Amino acid sequence: MKALHIEALTKVYDGGVHALRGIDLSVEEGNFFALLGPNGAGKSTAIGIIASLVNKTSGHVSVCGHDLDTAKEAAKANIGLVPQEFNFSVFESVESIVMNVAGYNGLPRRLAKQRTEHYLKQLSLWDKRKAAARDLSGGMKRRLMIARALVHEPKLLILDEPTAGVDIEIRRTMWEFLTHINKEQGTSIILTTHYLEEAESLCRDVAIIDQGTIVEQGTVSELLSRSMMETFVLDTQQPVAATSIGPYSVRTREDGKIEIDVSQGTALNDVFNELTTHGITVSSLRNKENRLEAFFLRLVNSQRESAAANGQAAHNALGAAQ
Amino acid sequence: MMARLLQERVAFFTIVRKEIRRFMRIWVQTITPPAINAILYMLIFGGLIGSRIREMDGVPYMDFIVPGVIMMGIIINSYANVSSSMFSAKMQHYIEELVVAPVSNITILMGFIIGGVARGLAVGTLVTCVALFFTDLSPQYPLITLSIALLTSVMFSLGGFLNALFANTFDDISIVPNFVLTPLTYFGGIFYSISLLPEFWQTVSKLNPVLYMINGFRFGILGASDIPLWQSYAVILLFIAALGSVCLWLLHRGAGIKQ
Repeated sequence: MKALHIEALTKVYDGGVHALRGIDLSVEEGNFFALLGPNGAGKSTAIGIIASLVNKTSGHVSVCGHDLDTAKEAAKANIGLVPQEFNFSVFESVESIVMNVAGYNGLPRRLAKQRTEHYLKQLSLWDKRKAAARDLSGGMKRRLMIARALVHEPKLLILDEPTAGVDIEIRRTMWEFLTHINKEQGTSIILTTHYLEEAESLCRDVAIIDQGTIVEQGTVSELLSRSMMETFVLDTQQPVAATSIGPYSVRTREDGKIEIDVSQGTALNDVFNELTTHGITVSSLRNKENRLEAFFLRLVNSQRESAAANGQAAHNALGAAQ
Repeated sequence: MMARLLQERVAFFTIVRKEIRRFMRIWVQTITPPAINAILYMLIFGGLIGSRIREMDGVPYMDFIVPGVIMMGIIINSYANVSSSMFSAKMQHYIEELVVAPVSNITILMGFIIGGVARGLAVGTLVTCVALFFTDLSPQYPLITLSIALLTSVMFSLGGFLNALFANTFDDISIVPNFVLTPLTYFGGIFYSISLLPEFWQTVSKLNPVLYMINGFRFGILGASDIPLWQSYAVILLFIAALGSVCLWLLHRGAGIKQ
């Protein structure tokens, strides 16, 4: 069964802004799915529609086989949402916030108490259960929203940039926790994030959305195999000021190391020969981990360039017609 | 179907519990000021000025004003509770907790309204207790008294909910209480009988819905009123039906909540 199925989903805001232009998306049950895109691409609008926070203009959304138009309550019962912005009463205690959401989802009080204790302990918030939400740190607030989203044990958990603004240690802990509930509880997870290494290391499938359209969709490995370039980070014994060495483009990083783009299939011996010819000695080399980020940036830039070219062509055609 | 009903019931009681806890947590702001206002009204209007007026419509002036003062507390507090609670939920975005959850619009509306009724009636009870120090209050028709108080509280809670749906700033939730509700309440016959007014102003007063509530409540306590009782019930029920329908329709559209 599909955890989420979206067909021809469009959203036009009152001001005429087309946030979504007929997107189709499917997420299999048990999947860990990343929805990536630059700011304003339509990610949060799509999530808002799935979670019933935004009214769609047209299209269909179904969650775990329940259509959001015809079986709204059944669809909603299967969703847990961790939004981008904090959206709880800052005056309420941590425990009350989670207990209330358990109640909204129809959990009897005893079960609600058990689940609240379970998830607050799992997310290291049990000691803070009596604290008002306003007194929590940023990382704790994020974890509170995760506990709140999980208290009714939804089949589909949607996280909109859950690790934004949290330190590396908490981010790693959250990754481990999300991986655990995905693998152990079988919860399907949809994640939007700006940290592409997060998507690369956590998610099985990825969709990239730009200007309201899905521009790429597939498994992380598929998308990476479509990337024609690989980037290596080199520690050189001499400073390198050039922007290209032979056929390879080069960038100098803030830490003095250089990044070199190499087409897939190129023998590294050829690269080293070129570097040696230019008098550059390499002390160490590693593949840049964030391959998805490189692919994402190339894809989005090429989309923008082609949109700009189409716009210019239309402008020229209009000029010729006049 | 049964499971859905049970789920809605749990959600409803969760909203009600949360609403009651909210106004009880800040009882100094929500419950005590109306009691202090009531003491002042009874001391100044009932005690000092009332001793000169002596009687209104054949009853001691203090007895005449007490039902209106109780009703004023119920009206203003029912309205304020729902408008401020719903508006805070909108502003801090925690209304989204309810929108995302499988809770029907009617359950959300009823939960907030019962919260408003709870505060309205809590204040009404407190003001009644205060009034017992000034007069011997024994309702002639207890069921009428209670039902008018309850229905009025429901009606103004619905008004507060509607106000909060449209409000975008804190000014928006204070304009209606200050510039509409308070004048209507004062001109609704708390301190005087409309029979004292010239005929033209009596007709104008009858356009004020609050007049029907205060007089209905006064009839329940004193057994005397400027307005026939059936008219009081008719006006209140009509307003409840109209406001309730508009609130549900707006919730269905997501007005003020969804984008």
